[in-house]
Amino acid sequence: MIVATPELPSPAAVLAVLWSEAAHGPLLADLGATLARVGICFSLAMIAGSAIGIGMASSPQFGRWFDPWVQLLLTLPAMAVAILCYIWLGMGETAAILAVTLSKLPNVVVILREGARSRDRDLAEMARLFRFSRKSLFFDLMLPELAPYFLAATRSGLSLVWKIVLLVELLGRSSGIGFRLHVYFQLLDIARILAYALSFMLVIQLIEISLLAWLDRRAAHWKR
Amino acid sequence: MLTVEALAKRLGGRDLFRDLAFTLARGEVLGLAGPSGAGKTTLLSILAGLDSDYEGTVRWDGSPRLGMVFQSPRLLPWRTALQNVALAVAGDTAKASAALQKVGLADAGAVYPARLSLGMARRVALARALAIEPDVLLLDEAFVSLDPRSADQARGVVLEAVKARGMAVLTVSHDRPDLERMAGRIVELDR
Repeated sequence: MIVATPELPSPAAVLAVLWSEAAHGPLLADLGATLARVGICFSLAMIAGSAIGIGMASSPQFGRWFDPWVQLLLTLPAMAVAILCYIWLGMGETAAILAVTLSKLPNVVVILREGARSRDRDLAEMARLFRFSRKSLFFDLMLPELAPYFLAATRSGLSLVWKIVLLVELLGRSSGIGFRLHVYFQLLDIARILAYALSFMLVIQLIEISLLAWLDRRAAHWKR
Repeated sequence: MLTVEALAKRLGGRDLFRDLAFTLARGEVLGLAGPSGAGKTTLLSILAGLDSDYEGTVRWDGSPRLGMVFQSPRLLPWRTALQNVALAVAGDTAKASAALQKVGLADAGAVYPARLSLGMARRVALARALAIEPDVLLLDEAFVSLDPRSADQARGVVLEAVKARGMAVLTVSHDRPDLERMAGRIVELDR
């Protein structure tokens, strides 16, 4: 038997709040703000992390120089990164974006570095012998070869980035799902806390089911 | 076209081969026979410029265009047979298609390597090597795992290019009779 209380509202009550906040409240605007931050931080971390990871695998010198920084960022709690960024850069959007990007970056670096290290030397030799153009080396050889690693970094990254975005919003932004959760936490409005959390989980699941599943199929279409 | 003198290669603390010397002339088909582990593949890697860790002299006249059929086909698994060949000729699909037709795979252009038999994949690799119209073709056990008819057809395509363009061929195999079907001269590579 499920009993609805103020501490544990019924699923129907949460859905009703969700609908009402979407139709008349700030839910959609907050959802948009959080998604925009997730998109920006995720893209920045993927681009910079891939470049650094592949660079580390390609150049031992570059790898040795970057390795301690990657280790440092891997062990640094996201909360500490967020607080330091807010202190050093001020309570603005730049600090929030930088904090999330830096927290996700080492994860992408490590995955892509391992991917680049395990690249097939035979195929690289073949491409060298047949004088592949730079464009072909990138689009026909490297990108497809690293596709499973990009996907792994995307999947783990998405789940990590949105959680950290909520954290930095809670700490120092005045928009977004994290900010709204903080407000309703102070008001102890559990139905709204659950409604906002649920809305974001639904969107992330939708991305996972539609976009990532499609990318998975696309990356493996050539397999038997 | 190619002069090899006093060539030596050490691997894992032992001599893979040493004092190796031979020449390859334009339009010649030279066979290199040797048992497994004699260093045939390593020798081809050295000649192709993929391995620079050796002693001795490898001298090419000019900068000939090299084509190679590796022991494993080394096709990009995420590209079709036609795309694999076309990548070697800067995306020229007409040229790639003609090369596939020559090796009897005109209908396999849209097929991914995972769906090709090993023999078919080897023929795609041969088509790729021939599509670039090389001055020198290096063949590493290229006709192994081809059925006799396909192997004869593949040899015929290679010999046609030798005759038409004066392409030189260096083919290595552990199977001496296989080399005798094509090579004008055979050099033994002992362990």
